[in-house]
Amino acid sequence: MSTEFTLVAIALLAMLTLTAMIISRLRGLYGAAMVAALFSLLTASLFVLMDAVDVAFTEAAVGVGVSTVLVLTVLALTHSREAVTPRNRRLPAVAVVVAAGGALVYASQDLPAFGSADSPIQTHPITDVYLVESQEDIGIPNVVTEVLASYRGLDTLGELIVVFTAGLTVLSLLGTLAPPEDCKPPGRFHLTDYRVIRIVSGLLMPFILLFALYVLFHGDYGPGGGFQAGVIFASGFVLYGLVFGLDRAQQVVPPRVLWLLVSLGPLVYAGVGVTTMLLGGTFLDYDMLNQGHPESGQHLGILVVETAIGLTVAAVMMTIFFGFASRGVTRK
Amino acid sequence: MIATHYVYWVLFAIMMIGLYVVISHGNLLKKLIGLSIFQVGVFLFYISLGKVRGGSAPIISPTVQTYSHPLPQVLILTAIVVGVATLAVGLGLAVRIFETYGTVEEDEVITRSATDPADGVPEDSLNGGGGDAAQGDEA
Repeated sequence: MSTEFTLVAIALLAMLTLTAMIISRLRGLYGAAMVAALFSLLTASLFVLMDAVDVAFTEAAVGVGVSTVLVLTVLALTHSREAVTPRNRRLPAVAVVVAAGGALVYASQDLPAFGSADSPIQTHPITDVYLVESQEDIGIPNVVTEVLASYRGLDTLGELIVVFTAGLTVLSLLGTLAPPEDCKPPGRFHLTDYRVIRIVSGLLMPFILLFALYVLFHGDYGPGGGFQAGVIFASGFVLYGLVFGLDRAQQVVPPRVLWLLVSLGPLVYAGVGVTTMLLGGTFLDYDMLNQGHPESGQHLGILVVETAIGLTVAAVMMTIFFGFASRGVTRK
Repeated sequence: MIATHYVYWVLFAIMMIGLYVVISHGNLLKKLIGLSIFQVGVFLFYISLGKVRGGSAPIISPTVQTYSHPLPQVLILTAIVVGVATLAVGLGLAVRIFETYGTVEEDEVITRSATDPADGVPEDSLNGGGGDAAQGDEA
């Protein structure tokens, strides 16, 4: 490892540990949520340092954007101050943590050195398949997109169904969304009264959505793809809902449309799989989509599948946000 | 050993901080935040195993020779999105618990459900009877 790398890694890891400790000490949960956003940003930086640009993208959009907003919304619905942790609960926790941590450190002696090029994961034949053969089979520069959508397409379909199920679960826990006319922001306090917030978020909105589309369709050539695009798209709407009120956000995307989109993604994804089977291939074998040119069949399949992922992820994130936000309205 | 393994050990420490919060803190929301910290520690550990010295992001380019391994990145990328979806499920449960018991402190929830069952949700509906819980909420 070069010295610069080591220095940056140590600095980031130190800050990461520090923020994690601060989060565990803070009893004001609003503060903890904000430090958790900082924690996510540091994590994203570490992902970039470790060459995982796609992952960093996702972590930045999810950790700093969506999950912070979710935690803050829930804090507004519940208590934001934590009770003091009783002393008798700390000791067992410390014992478990020391035992588990000790076991991990002991086991880590068998791990290959950090960054070594001859570790089992790097010398496994699959590495060559992904990094070299993929360029002939599929021909898309971003290997992460290839593995995600093509080589491990079935796995990703499973993940998408988990996201879909989580969206349904949140809906069934929180009940159906409040009708738009009930969602008018109550009383004296309007974020839209602040001219800077109103104009800046209004101006940013089209760019955020456009950027999400760029991330979706450029995912073949650079960092990006359906998951990232979906989260970025949703965070644009979350910003809109926060500033202009839930009623106007629901006018833009009515709940019925949202639910259609939530289920459309897995349907399209699995539909591609069934189509390739009908064309004589195996499930999700995109080669079949264009018989003469398996490469362009792969491109088409990956594009459709990534779009399906983006649709469902965006719709599920928006459903979750609307669900929590309108819970506060219906309860009042 | 330190020079070659320090990244793993710091990440273990972060996992353990998260685990400590999950076990010791009684506040359900704080537990969920702790779970996220634990989760991030695992994500970083996975990614660190795929890193190659002098490597570059796995986006093939004629000028680059060494790439970090793409597979851990694919697994973690999807796991992050699944992580926030499951976090939302946990938060949804916390909101329902707060609406039923008026608190998100674990100890208080347990005492309130034990001492005054009529006030809270009936015991059996806690074990999966979602419909009952909703009715109890309206009443």
